[in-house]
Amino acid sequence: MIIKNLTVRFGAFTAVDDVTLEIPAGAIVGLVGESGSGKSTLARAVTGLVPYTGEITGGDPRRIQMVFQDPYASLDPRMTVGASVAEGLRVPRAARQAEVERLLSLVSLPASMAGRYPRELSGGQRQRVAVARALGARPELLVADEITSALDVSVQGSVLNLVRSLREELGLSMLFISHNLAVVRYVSDVVAVMHRGRLVEMGATEEVVGSPRNGYTRSLLEAVPRLRRA
Amino acid sequence: MRHLLRTPAGLAGTTLVGLMVILAIAGPPIWGAEAERIDPAVILQGASAAHPLGTDNLGRDILARVLVAGRLSLVLALLATLIGAIGGIVLGALPSVLPRRAARLVTGTVNALVAFPGLLLAMFTAVVAGLGARGAVLGIGVAIAPGFARLTQTLAASVSGADYVSAARMLGVPRRRIMARHVLPNIAEPLILNLTQALGGALLGLAGMSFLGLGVQPPSFDWGRLLFDGFGRIYSTPAVALGPAVAVALAGIGFNLLGDVLARAASRTAVPAGKAVPRAVSAPGALGEPDPEAVLEVRDLTVTFPGGVTPVRGLSLTVAPGEIVGLVGESGSGKSLTASAIGGLVPYPGEVSAARLRLCGTDLGELPEQERRKLLGTSLAMVFQDPMASLNPALRVGGQLAEVATVHQGASRAEARARAVDRLRHVRIPEPDRRARQHPHELSGGMRQRAVIAMGLMGTPRLIIADEPTTALDVTVQRQILRLLREVTGESGAATLFISHDIAVVGELCHRVVVMYAGRVVEELPVEKLASGAAHPYTRALVASLPDMDTDRSLPLASISGHQPSPAELGPGCAFAARCELATGRCAERPPLIPYGKAHQVACWEAS
Repeated sequence: MIIKNLTVRFGAFTAVDDVTLEIPAGAIVGLVGESGSGKSTLARAVTGLVPYTGEITGGDPRRIQMVFQDPYASLDPRMTVGASVAEGLRVPRAARQAEVERLLSLVSLPASMAGRYPRELSGGQRQRVAVARALGARPELLVADEITSALDVSVQGSVLNLVRSLREELGLSMLFISHNLAVVRYVSDVVAVMHRGRLVEMGATEEVVGSPRNGYTRSLLEAVPRLRRA
Repeated sequence: MRHLLRTPAGLAGTTLVGLMVILAIAGPPIWGAEAERIDPAVILQGASAAHPLGTDNLGRDILARVLVAGRLSLVLALLATLIGAIGGIVLGALPSVLPRRAARLVTGTVNALVAFPGLLLAMFTAVVAGLGARGAVLGIGVAIAPGFARLTQTLAASVSGADYVSAARMLGVPRRRIMARHVLPNIAEPLILNLTQALGGALLGLAGMSFLGLGVQPPSFDWGRLLFDGFGRIYSTPAVALGPAVAVALAGIGFNLLGDVLARAASRTAVPAGKAVPRAVSAPGALGEPDPEAVLEVRDLTVTFPGGVTPVRGLSLTVAPGEIVGLVGESGSGKSLTASAIGGLVPYPGEVSAARLRLCGTDLGELPEQERRKLLGTSLAMVFQDPMASLNPALRVGGQLAEVATVHQGASRAEARARAVDRLRHVRIPEPDRRARQHPHELSGGMRQRAVIAMGLMGTPRLIIADEPTTALDVTVQRQILRLLREVTGESGAATLFISHDIAVVGELCHRVVVMYAGRVVEELPVEKLASGAAHPYTRALVASLPDMDTDRSLPLASISGHQPSPAELGPGCAFAARCELATGRCAERPPLIPYGKAHQVACWEAS
C-alpha cells in the first residue's frame, strides 16, 4: 500500500504536509515523532476519519482498520466484548460466535471473555479486544496509534509481542505509530520519522537507528532515556 | 437507591412522588363518587368540618375533587412529557444520521425553537390543536421538545467523538446503527434524569394551561381546572383555591427534587473539600533515632480510605540532601499517593498515618496546623505531571511566581517580581521578562513545566517532589527537564523525590531507586544495580519487559502475566506471588523488607 502526497489542512494550519510513504505487504512501518508532528493526524487520514488530499493506492481503502491509544475509551462500555468484536464481521449470523472465538484466540484471550464487559478487563486485555475487533474486518492494513502508551510497562511487552506475532502469523501490514523510539525500533521493519507535518527520514530500522542521516532524528535518538547508559 | 434517601431533599422528593403515584392509583376508586356527588344544600361553601376545602357551585366536595384530579393531572403530565421527550430525542438525534445539509436545517430549527419562549409555544400549539386536554398536552409536549432536542444533540455530539464510535465507523457500521447501538445507550442516563424534571415542569405547565382556560374542559377536571374554578372566590373562601394550588406545588416540587437528586447521584460529584492531616501512630519500639542528616524521613507511612482500602502500606523512605531518589511503580502502586501524603495533599476521606514523618528535622505530625503549612510552603516544592494543574490559567506567569514571595517571604511587590524574573531566567526560559508577562497558555508544555520548577525555586526548597513531571512531554523536552532537575538538586542541595512509571527515566536521573508494588516497597537499590543487579523478581521483570535501544529484536519481550491487585484485593501474603515464577508456599506469608548487600533492601523470600 502506498500513501502518495498526502496533505491534511485544518483551516490555515497544515497538519500533514505532502507525505509519501510506502507500506510493503506484510511489513510493519514504524512512525515516530513528537506531539504535534502530525503522526496521529496522518493515521486518522489514512483510516478516513479526517478529510485529506492526495491518494492511497495499492489497496482497498475500506480495508484499513485502526487500534486507538486509550483502550478505556475505544470500547463501548455498554457492549459485551463479544458484541464489540462481532461488529465488523461480514459472516452469516450462525457463524458469528465461532468467528468471535477465533478472533479472541488470535489475540490470546479465552473464549469466555466474550460475555464480559470492558470494565471487567485490564488495560492490556482491552487493547487485545480492540485488536481482535479490527482483525474481524479482515484488514489489509492495521493502523496502531500509540497502542501501548496508555498501558503499564509490565503489560506493554505482551501487547508488543502480540503485534509481532500477528505480522508473522497473518502476514498483516501495519502502520505502527508511537512517540517511543525504543518501542518502534523493537516492532518495526521500516522506521519513518515525522517532524512538523513532514516526513524527514525513512529507512530500514537498523539503518535509521544505527546511522541516522537527519539532524532531527539524531536529536530524537539522543533523547531516548537509557537504563544501561554508561 | 440508598443514597436517594440519605439527603433531606432526596427523602422529600421520593416521598412526594411516591404519594402522588399512590394518589393517582387509589384516588378515583376511593373518592370518585364523593367528588361527583352534587348537593344543592351546600353550594359555594368555605372550609368546614364536613368539607375541609369547601364546596363548588354544585355543592361537590373540593377535597375529594382535588384527590381525584391527581390521576388526570399526572397522566396528562406524563403524556405531555413523553410527547416532548420522544419528539425532542428524535429531533436531536436526526442531525447525527441525516446528510450534512438536512442536518444543518434540523439543527437550525432546534436552535430557533429553543430561543422561542416555551409557554408561548405551548399556548400557540394548544389554540391551533383545539381547546381541551388534547390541545394542552400537545402544547406542553411541543414546549418541552426543543430542550430535549438540544440536550440530545449535545450529548450525542460528545459521544460521537469517542474512539469506539470512530472504530465502528471504520468497521463500516451504518450511521443509523451507530446511533442506536453506541450513541443512544450511552446518553440514556442523563436523558432519563431530565425526564423526571421535565415531568414536574409539564405538571406545572398543564395546570397553568387549565388555569388559563386552555386545558381540561368541564365536566373533566384536573388541578389546574379546580384552581381556575376556585380562583374567583379566593378572597371570600381562600381554601377553595389554595387546596388545588398546594397539590400542584407539592407535585411540582416532588418531581423536581427527585430529578435533582438523581442527576447529582449520577454525576457523583460528592467530593467534599478538606485534606487529611498526617497522624502520628504510637511509635513501635524499634523505630530508632531520627536520622539528623536526612531532609525527608518517612517511617511506616500508611494511607487508608474508608472501607479498609489501603493504597499505601507501611512505607519507609529517607532522602538525603543533594540526593535524587526515584520512586517507581505501575499505576495503582500507591506512588503518587505517597507524594500527596508527604505534601499533606491526600484528599478527604483518605487518612494518613505514619510512625515518623520528618521534614528538615521537624516532625510534621507534631506541628500545629499553621506552622506545618508554613514549613511545607517554604521548604517543599512540588512539580506535577500536568503543569496546567499548578498554574492558574487566568493569571500571568510572573504574578503567580511573585505571589509565593509575597505570601511566604513578605517581599514587596517589586522585589517579588524581580525575583520571579530571575528564577525564570535560572530555569533557562528565554526572554524571562517577556514570558513573565504572559499567561500560561502562551507557553509550550516544556516551558510551563520550567515555570512550575521556577515557582518551586522562589523559596529555598529543601525537598522537591516531582510526580511524573515529564510524562506529558516529548522526549527531547523531557531530556531538558531532567537535566534541569539534576542541576537544581545539585546546586541547591535540596533532596529530590522523583516519581515515575518509567524505569528508564528513573535509571537515568536518580541515585537511588525505590520500587513500589501494590502499596509497599518491594525493593530499594542503588541505580547502578538496576539494570542487572536487581534482586526482586518484580523489579527484574520490569527491567526485562522494557524495550530499549539495545533490546534483541529477534526475541520476544518479557512480560508479566496477570495484573497488579487493587488495594481491596490484597491478601496477607506477598502481593506479587500470583504473577511470580519463583513463588513457593512460603509466599503466603508476607516477606519483610530486609537488607540485601550494601545499600540494598529487598522484600522477597526467594531473592538470591
